[in-house]
Amino acid sequence: MTDVNQPTAHPPVTDWIHDFDHTDPQWTEDPFPIWDELRAASPVVHTERFLGCYLPTTYEAVREIANDTQHFSSRRIIVRDVRPEVARNAAPPITSDPPEHKPAKQLLLPPFTPDAMKKLEPRVRAICNELIDEFIADGKVDAAARYSKYIPVRAIAHMLGIPESDSDLFINWIHMILELGIKDESKLLQAVQEMTAYFSGHIETRKNKPSDDLISYLMNARDKQGNPLEDSHVLGSLRLLLIAGIDTTWSAIGSSLWHLAKTPADRARLIAEPGLIPTAVEELLRAYSPVTMAREVVKETTVSGCPVKPGNMVLLSFPAANRDPKMFPNADKVVIDRRENRHAAFGLGIHRCVGSNLARMEMQVALEEWLKRIPDFRLDPAGTVTWSQGTVRGPRQLPFLLGKAM
Amino acid sequence: MSERLRVHVDPEKCQGHARCKALAPELFELDEYGNAHEAGDGTVPPGLEDKAWLAKANCPEIAIDVTEE
Repeated sequence: MTDVNQPTAHPPVTDWIHDFDHTDPQWTEDPFPIWDELRAASPVVHTERFLGCYLPTTYEAVREIANDTQHFSSRRIIVRDVRPEVARNAAPPITSDPPEHKPAKQLLLPPFTPDAMKKLEPRVRAICNELIDEFIADGKVDAAARYSKYIPVRAIAHMLGIPESDSDLFINWIHMILELGIKDESKLLQAVQEMTAYFSGHIETRKNKPSDDLISYLMNARDKQGNPLEDSHVLGSLRLLLIAGIDTTWSAIGSSLWHLAKTPADRARLIAEPGLIPTAVEELLRAYSPVTMAREVVKETTVSGCPVKPGNMVLLSFPAANRDPKMFPNADKVVIDRRENRHAAFGLGIHRCVGSNLARMEMQVALEEWLKRIPDFRLDPAGTVTWSQGTVRGPRQLPFLLGKAM
Repeated sequence: MSERLRVHVDPEKCQGHARCKALAPELFELDEYGNAHEAGDGTVPPGLEDKAWLAKANCPEIAIDVTEE
């Protein structure tokens, strides 16, 4: 059908219910009305694109799939035009199913507890202020390119013990894997090879000279039998932390600032009541959830009464679930002080995001420091806001004017 | 109204979202993996009832039970 080395142009979507495509420009620009249309049609819809893929549209259907590891495997977690060989992209525990999943996940959890994040918080606060220092005098800024982008990448580099100055290298790999790699497998493979070479070097250095960072932590980890992890496992986990830890939170911070730029009332409220910021972060995570994961159907079953068949992928849209009005009153509105909020932005079930405490801390600190120093800002009418395509959605260009409007 | 509340986290359902710990730090504790359990025997001290209900209402895994004794 498709030459794996050639990126394929997708025909525009005219029938969303039977032919959806999450890489279509209309979805990228404004997915919310599309999800409402699909949800009204069925709790699960299907497309022949991507070699066959389902999309659960309700919170309940998303929860059913997330909790059913018997029928839905995580061995492939990104919906692409092709189905790359499974082993080549393994990144435990996100690509693991039970019973391998639990030990791999438990290994990664201790460095990401809320207490561990408290220790990292001062560095993140300093990163935010260093970034603001670079543009605050200009009166305008692309907040995606110069603020939200660099907070998570520098924080995760700090945790891993690799130079924060390599940030642009990491950002480029992630772009190749998560965006270009959907339609061009060669970009995906090239990025994975480069990352492997990069981290292999850092692992070698630490074999002689261990350090107090996450890379050494993984190298020193032991499995239940007391054996060290294979290098391939350490490399897979490092790749995962870098990929999962960067453009996800970049997107969440960017979407939050985008909302605040165009909603002066919410901005004023958070400046007057900074104690409300953690609650607001949860609501912004719900309304603008950045991450859509995937599963592969491995056994025939039904979801919310709809039959699903093996061989198809499932686009597990936590963002669409979080807009389900059956689950959230006023689901289409940002209610900045929403008190009851069981949102699924970090997933549901055993694959709950390992970095959720890190992401929450980064978002909270990023908003606090920004609002302290830049209480007044708005979208620059001369610029254009652009959104990333595919698995992770967030603003990639976010032109703001800083200071009070004249 | 004078009834005592008790919270309980189902360890089979908890996935470590840690929302309960953020919203009701007096009532929940986290283990080394970040998974939650109730503090002590789960008895909710007077004045913290709202926090108990809030933690339950924000648990994405529906892992928290609040019972009246």
